[in-house]
Amino acid sequence: MLKFYTERCKGCGICAYFCPRGVLEVTELNKSAIKSGKEKDCISCGQCEMRCPDFAIFVQKEGA
Amino acid sequence: MKSMEELVNVYFRPGRLPHLWCPGCGNGVILGALLKAIDAEGLEKDNVAIISGIGCSSRASGYVDFNTANTLHGRALPISTGLKMARPDLNVITLSGDGDCSAIGGNHLIHAVRRNVGLTLVVFNNSIYGMTGGQYSPLTPIGSRATTAPYLTIEPSFDILALAQAAGATFTARATTYHVPVLVDVLRKGIRHDGFSIIEVVTGCPTNFGRQNKIGAPALMMEWQKDHAVPRAAWEKLDDEARRGKFPIGVLFERTDEKEYTKAYDEIIERAQAAKKEETA
Repeated sequence: MLKFYTERCKGCGICAYFCPRGVLEVTELNKSAIKSGKEKDCISCGQCEMRCPDFAIFVQKEGA
Repeated sequence: MKSMEELVNVYFRPGRLPHLWCPGCGNGVILGALLKAIDAEGLEKDNVAIISGIGCSSRASGYVDFNTANTLHGRALPISTGLKMARPDLNVITLSGDGDCSAIGGNHLIHAVRRNVGLTLVVFNNSIYGMTGGQYSPLTPIGSRATTAPYLTIEPSFDILALAQAAGATFTARATTYHVPVLVDVLRKGIRHDGFSIIEVVTGCPTNFGRQNKIGAPALMMEWQKDHAVPRAAWEKLDDEARRGKFPIGVLFERTDEKEYTKAYDEIIERAQAAKKEETA
């Protein structure tokens, strides 16, 4: 499950670019978000969390 | 092992996020990797000092909850040296940028290296003076466009690790903001090294380098790092032709045959005290 800190996000698009499943996009408000219809496609690989320079997106383990 | 979110909660000063770095700036990735390395090494907050110079990179010290000082342009190393001399028990980590460290602080760099002071120097190499508006630095690749080089730079750039090695470095390493696990690994090894360690981190400045050089989105700057960085083991097998335009990453040089500076200084103290005892006897 992805956790967003929207106020930290600057919309650089690094997470969306490196997401191997195309789950993320930068919205019109210039914030990272899950694409509609892709809610179940995240495989929790952690690429977005590792590459985000703004500490704005984290992968949370299920049940945590 | 703490998650990245926990690391932020533990090591960031409250209320410091969002940080002031531009969208897509790699400096946040380096700071995150440094927190991972410090945590993995099990260092106590009070036993870590983060000293920085001036520049975008050097803003990092203000965000984190250690003993920190944001010092003078190019002068992070002399201040770190002084701190290490006064408190050899501290893990002193110096953060600097390519302009800060190789231009105005170039002299300080070679002498801190030569003395083998037990510091860990992290050079955020974004190939440009970002904070002041995109002037070229000694690490800007030749043929780049910069605010001060509208018709492209004609100066060859330093290889800062080769420079350090020529000055007598005992530990040199390089990573990029794309190769995060390598970055964490070399930071940990640099912190553990008993002597001066220099770690160059290739990072992207989308605002002032990327835009002027038409590289495009921040993610493409990371793609560039992925395409141009070669792990050291593979690098050793490449001929000169294959190496052209690329650079090695990982620990590039390490030796342990030289005494760390504060330990050598302890011997001076012993000799001076012995001489004084003889005088008074």
